[in-house]
Amino acid sequence: MQSETKARVEQLTSPAGHAVAVLRFEGDIASTSKDAVLGTYQALPKETSRLVLLDFSKVDYINSSGIALVIQMMIEASNCDQKVYAFGLSAHFTKVFTMVGITKYAGLFPTQVDALAAL
Amino acid sequence: MSEVDTITISKPTTVEVRLPSRMGFEKVAMSTAAAVAKLMCFREDRIEDLKTAVAEACINAIEHGNRLNEKLSVGVVLSVNANSLEVKVIDDGKGMNRKPGLVSKPDIDRKMHGDEGPRGMGMFLIQALVDEAEWVVGADGNSSYVRLVIRLDKDAE
Repeated sequence: MQSETKARVEQLTSPAGHAVAVLRFEGDIASTSKDAVLGTYQALPKETSRLVLLDFSKVDYINSSGIALVIQMMIEASNCDQKVYAFGLSAHFTKVFTMVGITKYAGLFPTQVDALAAL
Repeated sequence: MSEVDTITISKPTTVEVRLPSRMGFEKVAMSTAAAVAKLMCFREDRIEDLKTAVAEACINAIEHGNRLNEKLSVGVVLSVNANSLEVKVIDDGKGMNRKPGLVSKPDIDRKMHGDEGPRGMGMFLIQALVDEAEWVVGADGNSSYVRLVIRLDKDAE
């Protein structure tokens, strides 16, 4: 019943010249998404991935278990001195991420262009 | 939404769904609740709130109430009233009596510092996204339910 979570990584450079690892998710972000969310993040080379940008623009459903995976990723990133940002969340999930406090540790942007411009 | 797609509520109406205790089936209840709320002309943002609250209630019932036992089902009863939609999510667990206001907000600082686990946000989200939420232990002690109410906000329509 859970829609499989697909994830792929794209390396971009921000207008300011910083390397940004973009994790693009597709499908549901739920308890079954551990490999897609944490596994994909953990496979990033830590030395060259100081800025991590999460793309939720093709994600329709996120539940609390999925949010917990995102928080777990943020904890690991914080321990590796990486910064996490996200874009593409619907207005509803932007509200939900804000309610649970994620915005205190991860910047949210409406679009990839907005996010890259700020990095 | 056209008039054809809406319903006029002249008397209380009930819709019931039974879900297997398997993760993912919360989306069936979520879609059903959204369809009913749409017929009632709830605003899109309120329908999104309802979808997340119902999904989280069903996840709790599947995972904690019925402990993923697929021999047990989760009941979802949607009661349509003139100005509100009530959703009861019923499981076979022992449940908990939890009054509104007693569900604490997740502490992101404690989570980030490893002082509490990253999970444990479902009940908070439920309470924060609907107008009423209460957790009730059934009289027989072998079932429990969460009752959610979301009201039509006519002033904001």
